[in-house]
This record gives sequence, structure tokens and C-alpha cells, in this order.
Amino acid sequence: MTSHQAPDLSSYSSLGEALRAALEKWQEHPCLIEADRDRENCRLSYSDFNGAGQTIASFLQSPDFAEADRTAIIMSNQSKWLIAAYAVFYSGGVLVPIDFKLTAAEHLALLAHAEVRSLIVEFPIWRALTQSPEFSGLSGVQVLVTEAPKNADLKGARRWEEGGSNAPPRFVPRQRADLACIVYSSGTGGRPKGCMLTHGNYLEQCQSLMSWYPFWPGVRYLSILPTNHAIDFMVGFIGPFVCGATVVHLRTLRPEYLKEAFPRFKITYASVVPMVLKAIEAGLRTRFNELPPFRRWVLNRLIAINRWLTRREPRPDLSRRLFPQIHQAFGGELRALITGGAFAEPATLQFFYDLGIPVATGYGLTEAGTAVTLNDLKPFRADTVGKPLPGVELRILDANAEGIGQVAVRGPTVMQGYLNDPEQTAEVLVDGWLLTGDLGRLDSSGHLLLSGRLKNMIVTEGGKNIYPEDIEAAFAGLAVKEFCVFAVNYVWKQRSLAGEQLMIVLRLDPGAEMTGGLMDDLRSRNRLLADFKRLSGYVLWEDDFPRTASMKIKRNALAEQIAARLARETALMEL
Amino acid sequence: MSTPNQTLLQLIDLAASHFNVAAADLNPDDDFFKKLKINSLQALDLLTKLESHFNVELPDYELQGVTDFRTLADRIQARL
Repeated sequence: MTSHQAPDLSSYSSLGEALRAALEKWQEHPCLIEADRDRENCRLSYSDFNGAGQTIASFLQSPDFAEADRTAIIMSNQSKWLIAAYAVFYSGGVLVPIDFKLTAAEHLALLAHAEVRSLIVEFPIWRALTQSPEFSGLSGVQVLVTEAPKNADLKGARRWEEGGSNAPPRFVPRQRADLACIVYSSGTGGRPKGCMLTHGNYLEQCQSLMSWYPFWPGVRYLSILPTNHAIDFMVGFIGPFVCGATVVHLRTLRPEYLKEAFPRFKITYASVVPMVLKAIEAGLRTRFNELPPFRRWVLNRLIAINRWLTRREPRPDLSRRLFPQIHQAFGGELRALITGGAFAEPATLQFFYDLGIPVATGYGLTEAGTAVTLNDLKPFRADTVGKPLPGVELRILDANAEGIGQVAVRGPTVMQGYLNDPEQTAEVLVDGWLLTGDLGRLDSSGHLLLSGRLKNMIVTEGGKNIYPEDIEAAFAGLAVKEFCVFAVNYVWKQRSLAGEQLMIVLRLDPGAEMTGGLMDDLRSRNRLLADFKRLSGYVLWEDDFPRTASMKIKRNALAEQIAARLARETALMEL
Repeated sequence: MSTPNQTLLQLIDLAASHFNVAAADLNPDDDFFKKLKINSLQALDLLTKLESHFNVELPDYELQGVTDFRTLADRIQARL
């Protein structure tokens, strides 16, 4: 796609070492720009970033600090996230990136599970944590709060601006096999799955991603995903930094400011979840539909010409000449949009590609680092999630006649296991292979085509993985005999990853009927869940649930019974 | 300055007109994501309209965890 070369990370033993070298190498290059709406909050060179990181490292390295101590970050998308993360790696610590959108109770549960020694958190989140009924202090945890108003009571926490009062920090070396991050892939409402990822996992992932999508000084990456998201962590932090590129944080997702950010900052790459991609597509289609008939006809002809001319690989300069207005609206420098974390419709991907804006779509899961496969654009394929990245091996297990089976992954980016959970680890790491729980097939050119899920979970349009077991706690005590939450497609199998939904199966007490009171209770509990975790419907089931000897629900068996006896169209009721 | 109740009613009217539904069908405690059948991006779009109407700036995080009209109205009222 370009002649720019990937960085050579083979000599580095840790993320801290690779980042430190980058900060020294690119000192005066622009490193971070943070914007909020049409305002620019800050602009940092690599040298400025280094100074800020040292201050926070000084805070982390308190007198009783030990290497491998864990630090959680709970922040939205902003520059301080990256500064804090660098401070953790510089100090030889382990980073625990936590989704800022979770509830206070979920945050507290994960902080406890990860046994963090430090927490760096935005003020509104810290306020919510301390006001939560579940909060009973964070014993032994030092807390640094960003954006705290002047007179706010921080409940013993320290302000970001105060930084550290400890001695100048020292760089603490780590090895490739050492733990770098604990990233929670699920379990916020039940049994946490903290994926243990090493420095080696990340360095290998970065090396292979950059070999296909290189960054270089002058590249401007627009970061709108939170950096706890695996994609943004890699292509909005580690990748651009080791290449001397610039990361632009936009602290709002408002469509009008997002639209302005592309030309204003001359963006080269941006990562977006499919929901945002579709919103941009809808905006463009509206504009196209408003064109007079002749101009619309011309546009359609140009699209057809561009598609033919770029059938083997993208030709950005040519596409920019064919669609100057569209590319100027994106700043004229955009080389690709990156998407993942959820299902992206092929028609949407093709729409952008036909305008000369390739969408790098892929497939990944936290357990395997960031990405497992990626579209290499040689040629562009809207119907697949790309080919395995360099170093990644894929196998399709128990394939059926059509070649569809469970996707298994092996390679240097696969996690070490789940924190403190050998049982769940053993279920997914088998003979060196990671069992993904996703169904797919490899075509003759080595592209992966996903076709559904073996596991009981959904991925939302916003890129959130939701496991039904995590939702069930919210419905404990419901006035029914028993209940169980499922991904709808897990019960009624569908060859689609679009529009996935959750449902609750209710076994009412004998002789009972669905009442308004029960419905109100269901709805009000549902509303307490984060919006992306909500149930869409319910199913009434008339038999006792099949259970194991230890009285656990046999989910598989129950799902099979429901699918065999009830039709989705009539049994699934809207909630 | 609007009273809390006026803010709530105006909010409901604005949401109804923006998403083309009848205001009478919307209740203060309704989950606006479900009732209006909108996603989080569309909710942010509504926030922009509300800012313009009430002449306040509502950071995105004000919508974090807010799903019903009443709570959203409270957040707006606090900034009036």
C-alpha cells in the first residue's frame, strides 16, 4: 500500500523500552493533540509527553512500589490515558485498562479482582465510585484523579496536576515474557476474565500490524475509541508512537465535530466502530441523494471507474483525483479507516472502498492480543475479515461439509491465560491453541469468513462483547421460578453476526402468568443495565430448566430444547 | 430560567419532534434508547439539539449512564 517501512521492534524487551526509545528518537515531533469539540485542549511533542510521563511515574513509584505492581486506568478517550499508561510501563508495572462505561459496582469489582495498587481515574468516574453503595474505600490503593474541580473533595485521592512527590522515577526494565496488561474481556457481572497479555504479545502484535499498515512521522491518527479498547491501544498508542506519528484525541463523538476533525487535523488513519462507520455512510448517502440527477449519474460512473481501477489494490492518489470534494471533506490525507470489534456490513465496507477510502476490517479478540486477521487490501475483500496477520496460525476445528467450524488461533500474540482462573483458561487454551468460540471458514485464498458463534455471547454495534452470564445478576430475585439469559442467535442459530441481541428465558411459577408487575420489574431492572447490555426480549418456557448435579443450568441443553420446540418469530416477545 | 418540570417537558417535546414521534407517547421515566429506538450516536445528536435550545454545554459524559428523560432533564437543569 505504501513504501513506508515497519519499525523493527525485535531488539526491545518491553513496551516501556520501545516507548522510551521512541520518545528519545522523535523528541520534537508532535506526539499528541487533544481536542474537545472545536477547541484544542493541548498539543504535546514527544519530549513534552516524556516529561508528563515522568511526573506520573514519580507518583506511581511510591516508597513501597514494587515492579509488576498493577495500575488501573479508568478514563475516557484522552491524552492523559496514554501518559498514565507510559508511566506504568516506564515503572515496570502492569497496566489494567478498564472500560470507563461500566457501572461503579462493576469498576469496583474489577479493581478488586485485579488487586491494583494504583488507580488513575477521571473525576466524574471517581465521584461515581466514591458515591456508590458498594464503595468502602480502596484500601492500600493510591489514587490519582484527573480533571478534578478546584474545591472538589477527592476522598483522599491526589490530583493529576500534583503529580508525584516521590524522587525522580527510575526506568524499570521488563522482559518479553513478563506481564504487561490485564485486560478484562468479560465477567463484569460474574466471573471476571482478565486476559494476561505480555510485553512480547504486544510487541509481536505491533510489529505485524505495522508491517501491513505502517505509520511514519507525519501520520495523524484520529483517536475516538477509548484506549482501553484493544484496537485503540495498539493503533492509537503503541503503533503510532514507535513510528513517530501523531495521535489526535477527539473527546466527543458528536457527528458534527467528528466530521470537522478530519479536515481540521488532516487525518491519515482513524479507527471507528461499525456504528460510527454506518453513521458516516448515512451522512454521505444523504448528500449523494440530494445531488441533481446528472451529477448523481456522473458520481455513479466515477464510482464504477474507481472500483475497476482499484480492483487489485487501493490507489489513493487516483481516487483523490476522481472524488476531490469527498476526499477534501475528509482532509485530503485519509488513507484508511480501521474497523473491528464488531460486525461491519460488507455493503458499508464496499461503499467506502468505492470512494477510494479503504476500510481495514479484521477480526480479533482480547485473548489473542488485538487482531488475528486483517484485510491486506490486496485486493480489497468486503466479504471477509481478512487474512491471518504475519506469525498468526489459524485452524478451523471440526469443520462441516461447507468447511465451517470453530476458529482456533495460535501465535505469539495469544494471551498467557485468565488471571487467577486456571479452569476458564483450560477451556480456551488447548494444546497451545486458543479456541475462539467463533465459527468461520477459510477460503481458497486464505481469507477468513466468519459465519456465527459457537459461544453464548453477542458483540454490539458499538464493539462491546456481552456475555449473558454477566447480565443475570441484574435479574436476581425476579418473581419467577427460574430464568436464564441467552444470546438470541445462540438459541436460534443464524448465519449472521449482524444485529445480535440478548433475551431472557423465564420459567414462571406453576400456574402463574406473565403479569404487568413482572413486566415492569423486568423493564426497570433492564434499564439499570448499561444501554449496550440490555435485553431486547423475553421467552416464556413451560418446563423446568435442565440442570447439572450441582444444579447449574445446562445452557446448551436448554438452548437446544427451546430451538426445537419454539419458533423465534412467535416465541420471542419484545421487552 | 425554566423550572425542573418545564425543562423536562421541553426536553420531551424536543426529543419527540427530533425523532418524529408523538410527545404524548413519551413519559418522563421512559428509557429513551428503547422508546425512540435510537443508538448512542443518535442520543448524542439529541444532546446537541438540547444544548442549542437550553443554551448550555452538556459534555458527552453527562449522558453516561443516563437513559431516561427525567434524569437527563435533571442534568440539564443543573447546568442552567
